[in-house]
Amino acid sequence: MDQILGNIGLLFEFPVVNLKIVLDGIMVGALFALAAYGLALVWGVMNVKNLAQGDFVISGGYVSWWLVQHGFPPLLGVPVAFVVMWGIGWVIYKLVISRVIERDLFTSLLATFGLAIMMAQILNLLFGSDTQSVDLGYDVLYFFDGFIDVPIAKLIGVLMASALAAGVIIFMKSSRMGQAIRATAQDARAARVMGIDTEKVYAFTFSLNSAICGAAGAIIVMVWLVQPFYGISYSIRAFVIVTAAGLGNLPGVIAAGLGIGALEQYGAHIFGIGYQQAIAVMLLLLVLLVRLIQQRRNRQVLK
Amino acid sequence: MKKLSVLSTLVAAISLLFTQAAFAACGEIVLGSAISLTGKYATNGIHAKNGYEYAIQKIKDKGGVMVDGKCYNFKVIYYDDESKGDRGATLAERLISQDKVQFMLGPYSSGMTKAIAPVTEKYQIPMVEAEGASRSLFNKGYKYLFAVLSTSEQYLASAVALAAEMAEKNGKSPSSVKVAVAVENDPFSLDVRAGVLDDSKSFNMNVVIDEQLPRDLSDMSAILTKVKLLKPDLLIVSGHSKGAATAVRQIDEQNIKVPMIALTHCEAADVTGKFGAAANDILCSTQWAETLSYKDPIFGSAAEYETDFKKAFPEYKDKKVPYQTAQASAAVYVFKDAFERAGNLDKEKVRDAIAATDLMTFYGGVKFADAGNNIAKPMVLRQIQNGEYNVVAPSAFASHKLNWPRN
Repeated sequence: MDQILGNIGLLFEFPVVNLKIVLDGIMVGALFALAAYGLALVWGVMNVKNLAQGDFVISGGYVSWWLVQHGFPPLLGVPVAFVVMWGIGWVIYKLVISRVIERDLFTSLLATFGLAIMMAQILNLLFGSDTQSVDLGYDVLYFFDGFIDVPIAKLIGVLMASALAAGVIIFMKSSRMGQAIRATAQDARAARVMGIDTEKVYAFTFSLNSAICGAAGAIIVMVWLVQPFYGISYSIRAFVIVTAAGLGNLPGVIAAGLGIGALEQYGAHIFGIGYQQAIAVMLLLLVLLVRLIQQRRNRQVLK
Repeated sequence: MKKLSVLSTLVAAISLLFTQAAFAACGEIVLGSAISLTGKYATNGIHAKNGYEYAIQKIKDKGGVMVDGKCYNFKVIYYDDESKGDRGATLAERLISQDKVQFMLGPYSSGMTKAIAPVTEKYQIPMVEAEGASRSLFNKGYKYLFAVLSTSEQYLASAVALAAEMAEKNGKSPSSVKVAVAVENDPFSLDVRAGVLDDSKSFNMNVVIDEQLPRDLSDMSAILTKVKLLKPDLLIVSGHSKGAATAVRQIDEQNIKVPMIALTHCEAADVTGKFGAAANDILCSTQWAETLSYKDPIFGSAAEYETDFKKAFPEYKDKKVPYQTAQASAAVYVFKDAFERAGNLDKEKVRDAIAATDLMTFYGGVKFADAGNNIAKPMVLRQIQNGEYNVVAPSAFASHKLNWPRN
């Protein structure tokens, strides 16, 4: 308790710390938002709740790490991870996901849960259980007497994440495929009637999700580190963010991602870093509670 | 020509027979060991087994074990415990009740030792182990368990002593030292933390940060920000290889200036290879290093152990001999010394002789507390200096001087 009070005291004693926490949080949050956006996409379009989301992220990280081990420049890892994970996503869609789309909630949850375990174990067998990271070797920018540090690598990572998010938004808004995806999300049957090949849309959406996650992982390996069993922590955050923001609400997903990033950092500062993830789960509970209360007020007829 | 070669073979055969006969004059002391040759501990289990075998051969070459004027050689019956605790306990039973083994060498890892110790205790079989460091092994009142290695709460406790030493050297009192501790929430790291907190208390130091790291740690900037604000003089991080990797990376990124930083698992995280200069002047703990100036009459110095071991086991040619191997050899040496002092093969007499051990070895001093842990060997601290791991503490056996303060 004393420690918690002391930590809160520090926030007031050194106000600049608040800025640092928020900045750190936004940088983490940007990547959470990417993974969450992919999840919202798959969830919204094909009603599959992908529990292997975090493992796609970690796989992308390993793709990038593997490239660097073989002498390729680290920044190349992001586009390559995007492409490779696109391919892996497509294969997984054809093998597993296409068979569970029409089934009930539990089948898809179980299938993707199994997928998550498989992927983590395969990564463990391929690359070993040690943590891996890629060092870009760029400088760190310091502000406020060195209190605020912004590693250029992190900055590049956040810029790449925003570029990717912007690209996806434009794609969804203006391309034919983007329109088809949105149409399928609204009503798959109507979309089929209108001549949209929904099977193709599903495969495309899942591959796109996998590719976005892969690119996020490639950024994460440059800025933090990856380990075969870290996927779950990204999955949890993606679920929290999507639950909070709702499906099909991209600005909401981004805002929630950044917000959760910042709140977690505050939680880690005040309660200790061991509770960082607990904060994310607590937020999930809170969001669900609020939603429940909201829905109670908004009574509906059962269909 | 052919005749000559036949003759020479004959001569060789006869001379071999004579030397065999000379060796045959030595008796045999049978030791038992259930050790991990397959499963998750296999790599280190085999390191330990090689250490046992090397020591047995070396002792044989130096004239064997002299018990009451008669010479003996060690022989070990090994069983593979498959890195599973229940299997280890079953095999220990089998070694003792079927193979009639009277003396045991330890398995690999604290967990396996924990599984076997109740069995050896039940049959009152002395066991000298070299690979179980958890302090929970030494608070159960075991009478027949002895460990040559330092227990896990000692892993970074020597950093506290070193910080106190540096404070005194700079004309400050050790109680002015501020300590920050960040360890993972697992039995090993909590042992490390307990040791650090105990020692900080004995110096009356102020622990300003005491936090636990999550299992899936990839960002500890929250702790490091606090470090920046509270300016501790000693930062301790223990969280397996992810803890070491995250700490080294973010300490550099956030430009953290702490005079002394000590970690575990630097080698496993390959912090020098991954982060280069960012890892410089960080302290890392290890049980043993070949550059230490310890020595004994059987194995010679630590450096000689390293070179001779590589000759006997060429598969280690391109790497450093792991400390797991060195401490396994030291365990066999403890048995030799105890048998010779006991002058008897009776297990009770040998147990008492082991308990009274006060031996200097290439691996460090060996002297057992009542609980069976070795209190004569401190943990070794190595500092990363220009990408090399150099021993800086304990200062009496160190090969290099400590760079202090860091940066």
